[in-house]
Amino acid sequence: MSSQFSISNSPLQKSEPLKYKESDLKTEEMIINLGPQHPSTHGVLRLEVVTNGEIVVDVVPHMGYLHRCFEKHAESLAFNQTIPYTDRMDYVAAMNNEWAFVMGVERMLGIEKKIPKRVEYIRVLVAELNRIASHFIAIGTYGMDIGAFTPFLWMMRDREHILRMLEWASGARMLYNYIWVGGLFYDLPIGFEERAKEFVDYLKPKLKDSETLLINNKIFIERTANIGVLPSDLAINYGINGPMLRGSGLKFDLRKVDGYSVYPEIDFEVPVGTGKMGTVGDCWDRNWVRYQECWESIRIIEQCVEKLLGEHKRTREFDPRALVPKKIRPKAQDYYVRAENPKGELGFFFRTDGRADQPLRCKARSPSLSNLSVIAEISKGSMLADLFAILGSMDLNMGEVDR
Amino acid sequence: MQFEEIKSLISDKLADAIVGEDLESTPLALIIEAKSIHKVCVLLHTHEKTYFDSLSCLTGLDNGEEKNSMEVIYNLYSIPYDLHLMLKVELPRESPEIDTVSDIWKTADWLERETYDLLGIQFNNHPDLRRILLPDDWEGHPLRKDYVEQEKYHDVIVKWESKNEKGMTA
Repeated sequence: MSSQFSISNSPLQKSEPLKYKESDLKTEEMIINLGPQHPSTHGVLRLEVVTNGEIVVDVVPHMGYLHRCFEKHAESLAFNQTIPYTDRMDYVAAMNNEWAFVMGVERMLGIEKKIPKRVEYIRVLVAELNRIASHFIAIGTYGMDIGAFTPFLWMMRDREHILRMLEWASGARMLYNYIWVGGLFYDLPIGFEERAKEFVDYLKPKLKDSETLLINNKIFIERTANIGVLPSDLAINYGINGPMLRGSGLKFDLRKVDGYSVYPEIDFEVPVGTGKMGTVGDCWDRNWVRYQECWESIRIIEQCVEKLLGEHKRTREFDPRALVPKKIRPKAQDYYVRAENPKGELGFFFRTDGRADQPLRCKARSPSLSNLSVIAEISKGSMLADLFAILGSMDLNMGEVDR
Repeated sequence: MQFEEIKSLISDKLADAIVGEDLESTPLALIIEAKSIHKVCVLLHTHEKTYFDSLSCLTGLDNGEEKNSMEVIYNLYSIPYDLHLMLKVELPRESPEIDTVSDIWKTADWLERETYDLLGIQFNNHPDLRRILLPDDWEGHPLRKDYVEQEKYHDVIVKWESKNEKGMTA
């Protein structure tokens, strides 16, 4: 680093100093700073990359640029007032976030068994729609990261259909505050179930098309197969869940393992990576798992729509807010709740004292943070260009990493 | 394997490690002595009957000046046996220090860094204990009950006095 580019006197160097010093490096090594403003980091992630020419020697992520003090806020807000804050953690899958939070509070209150089936099916329906939307962002932007622009536009187009449907239901495009403790904001608008059915019928051929275009594409396979191989034991040790762990070949899905809500009544498969194009747990496998999960989500949506139009159909008397408690004050306890988010296991740890409407402590265990922590391990020794292929395949959301 | 069996497994191998239990919490919790937490974690991680291979969540909390203690809480999960367990460790508030478990579960590395960042709990033998979410030159640890924000950070006003009608600061 010549003095011309030195930032040693700037506030940046004081607030977020580099881990590696010039004196630690070997002659051939250098530090490249990527981000925080960089299109490939999917948000405000800063990577300190030590390279030897084109080869990555070490990666040190610096984060916190999007830290919005979720845990501090949660300590001074009532439980129902925290739900909008959980939306803003993983802002592309807000339904899943608020559902996990609400599920924890309901279990602490002991009302989770009383929730009407229709409410639960609506929750599954909107959460799975949002899961597809989140996976579409992951796959679409991943394609763009490694040079395929068309799938991104296709994915964003189809995602917009989902966002408009959820806007129709909740009034907001991305940050819904739709799932409430003990119920829902509103029942689904009239005609939503039919529209959801129409949408999945529209989506199926489109998904097939984009599969042909993107993940079965020769260039895509060359860029992703055998890149960033993550063995399953390493994944477990790093606390990685979700599509990344399943991409490594372990059939582990909390919707099946914990069987929360009405998932035990629904028939769906858990896709796992098999190393079809390379090694088990490479970037291609992770994306393939996401594609397959979109197909499974479509199956779940179809079954939900069937139930919502048949067994648990809309009635005049049905009030989704009937069980919403006036005062949310769980008894004194510690509670850890977890749910399967598009990115992995989202967990909330609560401590309540039974005297206040706020938790004494609310910790959000975010899947993106754990998923990101493995980056140095699996990108060592790869090319600098592959670092982005690995980073993109993790499907990070900085809102969730920093909270 | 049930909670009681896990408990007797630990107390057989490490006599004084367990100082209590909490049956109100979910999952059920054991209160562990601070200096034997690493040994307990190694035992639970490697024992063939438990094999807690994943650390779901590691966090800390401040009990305030009244109780004058801090806690570190571990949520363990065993994928092969589908077991849940919570471990709690109480620490003195003046000098909260505990051994790291990041050599057992790599995920603890960043979770401990976060706990250090937000609560100021020191993790001994941690390979890289730096702040993770807040800037390096931030003053104080925000989740401590006695935390007071600094007035200014690099000439940017941090402490905004917003008063409601009762004249209380939010």
